[in-house]
Amino acid sequence: MNTIVCIKRVPDSATRVKIGPGRTGLDPAGVKFVVNPYDEFALEEAIRRREAAGSGTVTVIALGPAGTGEALRQALAMGADDAVHLVSDGSHDGLVVAKALAAEIREREFDLVLFGKQAIDDDNMQVPQMVAELLDLPCATVVVGLEIDGARAVAHREVEGGHETVEMSLPAVIAAQKGLNEPRYPNLKGIMAAKKKPLEEKPVDLEASSLELVSLEEPPAPAAGRVVGEGPDAVPELVAALREEAGVL
Amino acid sequence: MANVLAVVEIRGGEATKAARETVSAARAVAGGLGGAVHVVAVGGPGTGAGAETLAANGADRICVAESPDLELYQPDVVAGVVAGLAGDGGYGAAMFAATAQGKDLAPRVAARLDRPLATEVVAVSADGGQITVRRPMYAGKAIATLRFGAAPALMTLRANVFAPTEAAGAGEVEDLEVGTVEPRARVTAFEAGDRDQLDVSEASIIVSGGRGMQDPENWHLLEALVDALGAEATLGASRAVVDAGWRPHAEQVGQTGKTVSPNLYFAVGISGAIQHLAGMRTAKTIVAINRDAEAPIFGVADYGVVGDLFEILPRLTEEVRKARASG
Ligand SMILES: Cc1cc2nc3c(=O)[nH]c(=O)nc-3n(C[C@H](O)[C@H](O)[C@H](O)COP(=O)(O)OP(=O)(O)OC[C@H]3O[C@@H](n4cnc5c(N)ncnc54)[C@H](O)[C@@H]3O)c2cc1C
Ligand SMILES: Nc1ncnc2c1ncn2[C@@H]1O[C@H](COP(=O)(O)O)[C@@H](O)[C@H]1O
Repeated sequence: MNTIVCIKRVPDSATRVKIGPGRTGLDPAGVKFVVNPYDEFALEEAIRRREAAGSGTVTVIALGPAGTGEALRQALAMGADDAVHLVSDGSHDGLVVAKALAAEIREREFDLVLFGKQAIDDDNMQVPQMVAELLDLPCATVVVGLEIDGARAVAHREVEGGHETVEMSLPAVIAAQKGLNEPRYPNLKGIMAAKKKPLEEKPVDLEASSLELVSLEEPPAPAAGRVVGEGPDAVPELVAALREEAGVL
Repeated sequence: MANVLAVVEIRGGEATKAARETVSAARAVAGGLGGAVHVVAVGGPGTGAGAETLAANGADRICVAESPDLELYQPDVVAGVVAGLAGDGGYGAAMFAATAQGKDLAPRVAARLDRPLATEVVAVSADGGQITVRRPMYAGKAIATLRFGAAPALMTLRANVFAPTEAAGAGEVEDLEVGTVEPRARVTAFEAGDRDQLDVSEASIIVSGGRGMQDPENWHLLEALVDALGAEATLGASRAVVDAGWRPHAEQVGQTGKTVSPNLYFAVGISGAIQHLAGMRTAKTIVAINRDAEAPIFGVADYGVVGDLFEILPRLTEEVRKARASG
């Protein structure tokens, strides 16, 4: 089975967000970049399946600016076989990104395309479904369990108040949620091996978006809260404030 | 003049709260565009009856695709119906709720219509016929303003942000043909979670516990508070307690859990790590209970009580019960 995993390089979740001078992007100075955490579940799933089968390949694709290669090397160190870097500044518009990824995927032979459910920078949560539509493939999102038997796949999705079971035939698109597996850390051997694995760089021109990013702002500072008091004796005042001031009880 | 399409979910024959929020937001945008509000609901038997009640929130036309085969959410079928309608022309915007279903569906519709999608929108304006939205990025650490340059403007609306409003719509009902679509993927089952509990993404009050609870056996203290707070309340959790296996992942709030905007959020024995704040900082009122007065959670809390949660919780439950009983 050949699997393609789409990964995005994103700022680490603990990064302090500083908006850059143009007010349409982050100031990249001092930002630590990592593989999008949800994409690690997708990668782990692909690698485990190849290991269990003893055959097949795992190809990682990332669209992003110079520097994205590091995230791809990390994926190769975890155990992916080869990588493609679509060199581009990216876009806030998920459809534009999905089109570029779909164009690359369409050229390949594959049984499964794995994504993370969401990139933690733009929080768009849309690229996997869009790629599936563009390629006319079945798709399940927010997947916490996946069974594959021959050309049939059964995915378990997390939804409000429960789980959904989705059946489809391969090739298919799956977007991973936390809980699908426990991603490994690359070991030294993996890191050494990754240096010799193929990483292809392809410049891409993205389509223009009709959705204009006008500006990015810091969120309003939360109104200064107050400590009502200490210990259980503060409780009556708290409850009174919730009823009368906040009007939420 | 352009109409606005609200894509809604009907569950068990009733419009969800998210459906009412979506129709109300669509009403406001339709006002700006000088158009009408159309609703589309796709689902099993009872969908039409539930959708008709949305006239009370301002729906002028209610398009219903109802079939016993659609008892479970079938993404390919629903996307086909909604894209068929939304692409029909004349819509200035199509709005979805950012529920599990809306989040899965909207990107599929966007790809079929070849239009961009803004997800988890928290504000919409239609001044001068131009649709502009605001949405959080970087887990709420930045707010983006986006302007649509092509119709229909597609968006999902964050839960609990747009208040349901009453407005009399014409409520004209139209039945849609589902047609015969062979879905690429088929949803074959839905299993409800073990507890008959409201999901954190839907509840208007959340009581979240963290590592300060010390032992999963102590959760009855939080359950008692949830019970006292009524049917709109539910339990949440920090990642620390989910990773420890004390609570299910479905309850996790934060960067790698769910993003919530309830009216009232209690953080009990939760330190307030940046990844936790990412999931709940937009709650309207935040209450923190923590014995460490320096805990970062107090930086975002509207009301804080410093002290031992084991002493504070029983008292809080009792006072809440009294307050609610007195009406
Ligand atoms: C990539 C990434 C993603 C993450 N995603 C999430 C996420 O989605 N959600 C999330 O929550 N975290 C997330 N985290 C983890 C986060 O960084 C914190 O580790 C976690 O939120 C801490 O949980 P906690 O507040 O329950 O525990 P702690 O930080 O240990 O805090 C426990 C608190 O309880 C208080 N306490 C102890 N005993 C008592 C008592 N008797 N009475 C009153 N107070 C008491 C303490 O003072 C302390 O403040 C993520 C981390 C990373 C790196
Ligand atoms: N620039 C990108 N390059 C490769 N994969 C991406 C990119 N952007 C998004 N993805 C994939 O799509 C998923 C969802 O992203 P998003 O829709 O942006 O939240 C991510 O978890 C990745 O798997």
